[in-house]
Amino acid sequence: MAESAIAHDHGVSHGAHASSTGLSNNKMGMWMFLGSECLLFGGLISTYMLYRGRVSSGPQPNNIFDIPFTSVSSFILLMSSLTMVLAVSSAQRKDDRNINLWLTITALLGATFVGGQVYEFTAFYREGLGFTTSLFGSSFYALTGFHGVHVSVGIIMLIALVGMNRNNRIPGDKAEVVELIGLYWHFVDIIWIIIFTLVYLIPS
Amino acid sequence: MTIIERPSTEVAIAGAVPVGVKPSEALGVFKRPAASSSWRDWVVTVDHKKLGIMYGVAAFVFFLIGGVEALLIRLQLIAPDGKVLNADQYNQMFTMHATTMVFLFVMPMAAAFANYFVPLQIGARDVAFPRINAFGFWCFLFGGLFLNSSWFLGGGADGGWFMYAPNSSTLFSPSHGVDFWTLGLQITGIASLTGAINLIVTILNMRAPGMKMMRMPIFTWMVLVTQFLLLFAIPVITVALFLLTFQRSFDATFFDVASGADPLLWQHLFWIFGHPEVYILILPSFGIISEVIPVFSKKPLFGYPVVAMSGAAIGFVGWGVWAHHMFASGLGPVSVTVFSMSTMAIAVPTGVKIVNWIMTMWGGKLTFAVPMLFAIGLVTQFTIGGLSGVTHAVAPSDTQQTDTYYIVAHFHYVLFGGAVFGLFAGFYYWWPKMFGRQLSESIGKWNFWLMVIGMNMTFGPMHILGLQGQPRRMFVWTEARAGEGLFNFGFWNRISSIGSFILSIGILLFIINIFYTHKMKKGALTSNDPWDARTLEWMTDSPPKEHNFDVIPQINHLDEFFHRKYEQDSATHSVTQVHSADEVMAELNAHPDEHIHMPSRSYWPILLALSLPVIGYGLIYNRMLMAVGVAMVLLTMFGWAMEPATSPDEDFDPPESGDTHAKELVPHG
Amino acid sequence: MSTATTHEEATENHEVEHHGLSDKQYIVIALILAALTAIEVSTYYVDFGPFFMPTLLILMVIKFVTVVSYFMHLKFDNKIFSYLFYAGLLLAIAVYCGFLATFKFFLKQG
Repeated sequence: MAESAIAHDHGVSHGAHASSTGLSNNKMGMWMFLGSECLLFGGLISTYMLYRGRVSSGPQPNNIFDIPFTSVSSFILLMSSLTMVLAVSSAQRKDDRNINLWLTITALLGATFVGGQVYEFTAFYREGLGFTTSLFGSSFYALTGFHGVHVSVGIIMLIALVGMNRNNRIPGDKAEVVELIGLYWHFVDIIWIIIFTLVYLIPS
Repeated sequence: MTIIERPSTEVAIAGAVPVGVKPSEALGVFKRPAASSSWRDWVVTVDHKKLGIMYGVAAFVFFLIGGVEALLIRLQLIAPDGKVLNADQYNQMFTMHATTMVFLFVMPMAAAFANYFVPLQIGARDVAFPRINAFGFWCFLFGGLFLNSSWFLGGGADGGWFMYAPNSSTLFSPSHGVDFWTLGLQITGIASLTGAINLIVTILNMRAPGMKMMRMPIFTWMVLVTQFLLLFAIPVITVALFLLTFQRSFDATFFDVASGADPLLWQHLFWIFGHPEVYILILPSFGIISEVIPVFSKKPLFGYPVVAMSGAAIGFVGWGVWAHHMFASGLGPVSVTVFSMSTMAIAVPTGVKIVNWIMTMWGGKLTFAVPMLFAIGLVTQFTIGGLSGVTHAVAPSDTQQTDTYYIVAHFHYVLFGGAVFGLFAGFYYWWPKMFGRQLSESIGKWNFWLMVIGMNMTFGPMHILGLQGQPRRMFVWTEARAGEGLFNFGFWNRISSIGSFILSIGILLFIINIFYTHKMKKGALTSNDPWDARTLEWMTDSPPKEHNFDVIPQINHLDEFFHRKYEQDSATHSVTQVHSADEVMAELNAHPDEHIHMPSRSYWPILLALSLPVIGYGLIYNRMLMAVGVAMVLLTMFGWAMEPATSPDEDFDPPESGDTHAKELVPHG
Repeated sequence: MSTATTHEEATENHEVEHHGLSDKQYIVIALILAALTAIEVSTYYVDFGPFFMPTLLILMVIKFVTVVSYFMHLKFDNKIFSYLFYAGLLLAIAVYCGFLATFKFFLKQG
């Protein structure tokens, strides 16, 4: 009985042998999305690099950054990548309890990072660096703000995933869904690796 | 005959809880919509063919709107001291004309053809992500409506379609027009980006068995390159649009010169997007005529691999030329030289294609049916536009040409004479497949010739006007300014404006052709393959069944359909027909697949898309509304995430006795 | 009868064999990344002289590629994924460096 394998690919993410390349549709889509995000963050980073020293009023970058604090934040985000990869690993072993554990820890670490960003931004604001204060201010907050929003969206996805997993409501291939959310999460981490170096560690 | 399981024609009522609801229906917020033959089906469809038609209809309506905007411009310029539009209205008119034509007509119309025909051309039953496909369409529609609602809410955007900052900041463009522009384009940009991911995965992953990349139809190749361009270019304009939005709505300083901002920031970001964008506009049309010319020359495409690779080359080199839009902006001689050279380089792969099309026709048995006329029209008119483009590449001559009507002439030749003519070739070529009727050839010929005459009369004189010194975006001209002699500004402006009306009549004839054909029930098909075509999309019914193919064909050749009809004698090299199109289809469908589950309809795409303009209006008028929009986004995304792409088996009735086919349940009591 | 569900299990087993460093290996990589981060941070306290910029940029690239290759598993997956991602990344680098170059960004000091 001839089976239309191709129709099954839609959304029911089990791509491996049903596709021309042997690869999963969803995974391919996610990698392409991440490739396009490089152009997005590249634009924001370049805008920052263009405007980094331009301070018509308000604080200079060197006067305002708290490198020790941001280093701790960066370390936390880096560790969240580890916990994420452990969640993916658990998903591949179909270890539901550990999936939820590691996803939750990842979300918590991410939330800590975002909390740190919020604290940092409010401190900067109080010290005179607002979004509208200078080109440095506008481009700094735009870049780190976009990143922060991406992290927050990631946290929402992680929590949603935990919720859906506990109610057994993840459609399709669970290990793949966790893997793809993991890809997104790691991407957000590697963007921070770039931001931390170019924005914070390299003084203008 | 294949039987497709699908819901009955009764419509499910969202929210009502029927008696005995099936387990899978309890999952989402709403029940899965069932099929219907009413308008409701179009609202929840995920079928690539229906979405293609919707893209096409919406894009065509925007074409007419953009055309009216153009006619108003030409009316204003037909005589000296024009009183049709004042300066402010004129600014809005040329901004909205260009924005509408680029973003709301050409791009979505290409998407219409890509959506409809790429799955058919590669032997697939739909795209990789059907709900995202639907979502993309609704984003385009709502984004376009949102953008055009500016006309009623204080005026359209008025900074030119390239919206240079700081001219586009609130200081110089105080109305909300620019905000509608930035936010509207963000929304349509989401459609382009998701569409790109969808089509690339579809093309890479869902080809019929045996269809290697170099056996794909050339239209599919051009669409693939276009989608990669979109994938990487859309994020760049996204950044630019965000920066402008932050400046206008939150007083950010990105383009505030007093704070030390550099206006070139906008120009670079815009044109890094903008140059790949023009290749996005032309490549699908190149793909269409690369299909049409071989069919009507009864010859295979000359140098198929070269045509495919030159398309990829154009896509690649296109990233390195953007600052040729900025030669007069003060970049400095080094930058100007670099970009001048790269721009000259890109003429090469484009010229290669022209050669290939001509060599395809050379020695072929030509039939000048209407699709072929439009294809040849593209080749000639795009060449003219390309030649003026080469003159722009030479930076010193561009310094005279830039910001004059010479540039306007160039891009209208390549965009109208190129991209639009290619789309019209597509209309006439693929109409019988999509709608089961062939558009009238005689009306079509009038359509074509009036468009050619009108187009050349409108845009030809603009070369002269530019060299005579008429700047772009000049809202009125005076007799004093018009220069001496008979053939001055005045003369050529009048010719151009008259030409634009002839052009409009040509387009009107296209609309008349549609009504004539369908209302008078003309042009009924005697065959599923009226043109004796070469590619897979013709191996289907007209219009194709919902599931496209009863059986997915095995592919052994480039131009597989052609090779099933014709054989070449290896000794004499003569080509003879061995099967008719009907025989080929009958043989293909002899053992149809059973139990084909097509991806199921869904409410979520349109609901999610609807929340985006809510955010847009909220940002402009009321921040609470914005919060509501964001909440809508979150809720609809959750609803979507919990719904499987294809209804699970429990939603299908078990087979009745004797019948091996199941029927999808109607979710009601 | 539909085979939509039976495909999944076959695929998952298929994939587990190919995926995966062990959890221990992931932890080791994370520790290496932490150590690299520590070196990066130390440039704030210690004067690296002329090695300051190269160290930071090289460490940034190493960390980036490590996360992409191991945590995101790109090194072990099909090359097509690498092409798709690195195409975007390299295009971004090329285009935006070109952009900055027109502003003479790489000529000015710092």
